Amino acid sequence: MSATDIVELSVRAAADAIAAGSLSSLELFDAYQARAAADRAAGEAGLNCFTWVAAKAPEDHGGAPLHGVPLAVKDLFCTEGVPSQSGSRILEGYEPPYTATVVSRLSEAGASLLGKTNQDEFAMGSSNENSAFGVVRNPWDRERVPGGSSGGSAAAVAAGLAPWALGTDTGGSIRQPAALCGIVGLKPTYGSVSRYGMIAFASSLDQAGPLTRDVGDAALLLRHMVGRDECDATSLEFPHEIESPTAERLDGVRLGVPEELTGEGIEQGVLEAFTATLDRARELGAEVQAVGLPHAPHALSAYYLIAPAEASSNLARFDGVRYGHRAPGASDLLDMYTRTRHDGFGAEVKRRIMLGTYALSSGYYDAYYGRAQRVRTKVADDFRGAFAEVDFIVTPTSPTVAFRLGERTGDPLAMYLSDFCTVPMSLAGIPAISIPCGLSEGLPVGLQIAGPAFSENRLLDVAHGLEQAIGFDGSAARV
Amino acid sequence: MARLARLALSEDELEPMARELSAVLDHIAKISELDLADVPPTSHVVEVTGALRADEPRPCLPRELVLAQAPEVSGDGFLVPSPQA
Repeated sequence: MSATDIVELSVRAAADAIAAGSLSSLELFDAYQARAAADRAAGEAGLNCFTWVAAKAPEDHGGAPLHGVPLAVKDLFCTEGVPSQSGSRILEGYEPPYTATVVSRLSEAGASLLGKTNQDEFAMGSSNENSAFGVVRNPWDRERVPGGSSGGSAAAVAAGLAPWALGTDTGGSIRQPAALCGIVGLKPTYGSVSRYGMIAFASSLDQAGPLTRDVGDAALLLRHMVGRDECDATSLEFPHEIESPTAERLDGVRLGVPEELTGEGIEQGVLEAFTATLDRARELGAEVQAVGLPHAPHALSAYYLIAPAEASSNLARFDGVRYGHRAPGASDLLDMYTRTRHDGFGAEVKRRIMLGTYALSSGYYDAYYGRAQRVRTKVADDFRGAFAEVDFIVTPTSPTVAFRLGERTGDPLAMYLSDFCTVPMSLAGIPAISIPCGLSEGLPVGLQIAGPAFSENRLLDVAHGLEQAIGFDGSAARV
Repeated sequence: MARLARLALSEDELEPMARELSAVLDHIAKISELDLADVPPTSHVVEVTGALRADEPRPCLPRELVLAQAPEVSGDGFLVPSPQA
């Protein structure tokens, strides 16, 4: 099989070929390693998807179910002895002494670490322009952003530089880049995947998930990610095994369309692709109906208080004492802290630390953080009410297609609005998937499907049924 | 606020930071319109109880491995500047 043919295989097909003996795991690894290493060597003249690429395949995978299939891993997952920098200057060169639980689990299941992917610094961003290691470009149009914060993971999968990748989603950081790069991205139910060894952004929201070329691969990756971990007190045993999706029809499935997330602010071309997808869902037998999420428009405000508040606390650990960057020549301890953090953090991270510190400060706590937590309750209640009427909620994933590099960097609020449709599900902790549903101006549009907590199997099934009917062709993005 | 957050911000960082944060806070202020008087706060969406693990000694990371990442080390500890210069 030629290297070009190999990278066109889904992970399921590649693993089957290895099991059948028609492909070796080394051939598969080398095909991707060569492509990833070439992109890494090209730096910002390439897509700049990787911050580190493995030199060679790890030792034998021992016949584990994933048969040595290479896996790209977002930089913020700790990997023992391998740079794990979370896109930040303050962690430049940091090689953790331990590995994140989810990465260990996947390794035990037979995944081989291919590389670490570029990301917005500490996962704060919607365009991957906030990385200390340079911007990532969108393989559909190199003058445009791949989305963020898991932009390197999404672009690598879309471009065929990795067969699949791990990302993390706090307010949309898996789903939005998946949408902008024309691939599948799933944010699982909060608590279903261990956060141990993920460099934290906002602990009550952060969740790891798969970025893949199709829904079947997302199910396969998720199957080996979920489960309780005693190192993460918020992790839960997933109530059932993640199955391979098979649905071809959506008979009787009730899809709810919330007008709050499908009207004002959504680009015309995105709305057209979304509406055409709803028509397809009806053709497959689904019932499409309006549903109300009255507090969803306020979710973004609550999110941009809660997430920075948690971040301002989590990022206090970066103080130049135990690891990472330390500013030289400080006069005393406080001077060392402030100068280290001034040099080490980028502009967006400083902005969010300031916002979070303000929201938590004495005198403002009730008006900001306290109110945001109450809005969170209302947003979650809205979903509970909606799921009494419908099985799933569907929206566009992103209000726009991929925007131009630099277009929103000077306007943080415009950047934050990229998360308008994805943040409500994050606050409610429910699973949501983005699948490509068409093109607008030659750029991918994502459909978001959200379901109740732990509905992943049904969610993947519906996504698969729609995916088969849509027949999206992502090959134009391959490098 | 910057001092509370242990951030040194230069003069030319302060003005844009204040302007950008004001725009964001103006947008966020919309939640003050909501009646939330009887609504309980949500700090966490997952109900987890009894998550404590047994309090038993277990091996931790070797000291030299942990210290290997430190910017400055003294003996078997992290070296930092004096709190009072």
